[in-house]
Amino acid sequence: MNIAVCVKQIPDPATPYELDAENHWVIRPNDQVLDDTDRVGVEVGLQLAEATEGTVTLFSMSPSGSLQGIRQALAMGADKAVLIDDESLKGSDALTTARILSAAVKREGYDLVITGTESTDGFTGVVPQMMSEILDVPCLSFARNVEAGDGTVTIERQTTTGYETVTSALPAVLAVTAGAEEPRYPTFKGIMQAKSKPVDTTTAAELGVDPVSSQTITAVDPVAARAAGDVVEDDGEAYLKIVELLEQVKVI
Amino acid sequence: MAESIRPGKLDATDFLQIDELLSGEERLMRNTVAQFVTDKVLPNVGDWFDEGFFPRDLVKEMGDMGLLGMHLTGYGCAGTSAVAYGLACTELEAGDSGVRSFVSVQGSLAMYPIWAFGSEEQKQRWLPGMAAGETIGCFGLTEPDSGSDPGSMRTTARRDGDDWVLKGTKMWITNGSIADVAIIWATTDNGVRGFIVPTDTPGFTANTIHKKMSLRISITSELVLDDVRVPSDAILPNVSGLKGPLSCLNEARFGILFGAVGAARACYEAALDYAKERIQFDRPIGSFQLTQRKLVEMMIGVNNGMLLALHLGRKRDEGTLAAEHVSYGKLVNVRMALETAREARGVLGANGITLEYPVIRHMNNLESVYTYEGTNEIHTLVLGQAITGLSAFS
Repeated sequence: MNIAVCVKQIPDPATPYELDAENHWVIRPNDQVLDDTDRVGVEVGLQLAEATEGTVTLFSMSPSGSLQGIRQALAMGADKAVLIDDESLKGSDALTTARILSAAVKREGYDLVITGTESTDGFTGVVPQMMSEILDVPCLSFARNVEAGDGTVTIERQTTTGYETVTSALPAVLAVTAGAEEPRYPTFKGIMQAKSKPVDTTTAAELGVDPVSSQTITAVDPVAARAAGDVVEDDGEAYLKIVELLEQVKVI
Repeated sequence: MAESIRPGKLDATDFLQIDELLSGEERLMRNTVAQFVTDKVLPNVGDWFDEGFFPRDLVKEMGDMGLLGMHLTGYGCAGTSAVAYGLACTELEAGDSGVRSFVSVQGSLAMYPIWAFGSEEQKQRWLPGMAAGETIGCFGLTEPDSGSDPGSMRTTARRDGDDWVLKGTKMWITNGSIADVAIIWATTDNGVRGFIVPTDTPGFTANTIHKKMSLRISITSELVLDDVRVPSDAILPNVSGLKGPLSCLNEARFGILFGAVGAARACYEAALDYAKERIQFDRPIGSFQLTQRKLVEMMIGVNNGMLLALHLGRKRDEGTLAAEHVSYGKLVNVRMALETAREARGVLGANGITLEYPVIRHMNNLESVYTYEGTNEIHTLVLGQAITGLSAFS
């Protein structure tokens, strides 16, 4: 099976993000890391590839030209990568991202596209659905326990009440949840081999996509500090006050 | 001249931006080990220390990653640079000195002598399983009455037909009771020689040393060799004399001079976090001059220690590192780490003595690291001899 895994390189979540004053875009250092969610996507892709003697190709839009996170995924075992390295894609919105990634996977060919549910820096959470629409293939979202074979893919989809078992014909787009699998650690041999694995770079123009984003970020405000809680003194009747508060927030 | 020097926005840990001196590959290896430690060591290490439990399940996982004998080449070993090996030790010891000790003993003390001094048959037989974490090794040099002066060892190996018969007692042997194979150093008629001894050989007994207050998640043992008979091909053919075990120790000390920085860093970070959160006299204690001085000294120690380690690591990769350099690094960085841990313990007040925080665990561990693999005193005398040309030993 020919598996495309879309991955994002993000600034190290351990360090505070900074936004540029003009566009409110995340300032991306040279040394970005693989988004944790995408480690899960790569793991699912590798397991499917191992089960079907398939290949895993990474796709990543990285206007900063950073490669560190891609190398991390290659070190885990992915076979090759396609990097869309294009200055004009800086600050792209989710739709532009989906159009670029869709054009790239379409050009390379695929049976299954795997993505995370949402990135850990932008959190838009809509790229997989947009890609399935653009590619005109089914979307299996919030997936875990992925099994593929015989031209189909079956997942458990997480819902608010439990899990649905969903089967789809291939090709398809599949968005995995953060806990779908425990991602493997890159091996040291893998890390050393990663630098000799093929990484093709391409541009929006080569993919025939006009990099126009329709979204602008007009303002960014910090999250309001959490207010101090109310203290209810128990004078023997405090339970009434607590029941009232619980009713107010519709817990009971 | 470049632009004028201005105030910068600096990381509280990597203040000197030493990260910039690492290659992308080195950072990826370092980050991988750091992730492993965060996922698999830190959540339980306080309990393991409390219970004196060695997390054996981690061994196979470390083997799968390629951590065991990672700087050796061939025979299933990853073949990384010395700097990468050092950085891995830093991250492991930021978790716990016991985890780093396991890796040091397996890779530098048990695998290295086979790799460096063993026959082709010995390498093929032992190294792949040890690299994979399927076979655990230990290193028997120290004896109850022979520590800093290994030349005084009493363990003997005598020829009996084609076989060798080993007799003696080894002490303070990391991994001893869980090892599948021991590298035993013994005196023969032709000086000190190394032997590869499977631990299920009749006459071989390992007794775990209990009631340790340090390195509690590491197994430490006494090895009793009661006429242990091994075949002629058990001897390491390509080294004789004390330079055999001492070269292994230099390999391990190289890992320690990186590792100690990790323990110091963990203590410093714990103290820094605590000092910024802990309110006394209506202010964070980190705002007091006395505390700031402690924090700054810790930060300087950690950064200088990392610079020193990286410099020595680069020299190792270039092939220009001398044994005296290793003594310098081990002496300076372990001393720094112990001082940092003690200072951090003070900053945390009473909280500093509980296993809820990493500090007392590192502090107690470092008491062992301070004296094992060459005491502070011995390394001082190695340096003393190097600069005066006069030996304090003889």
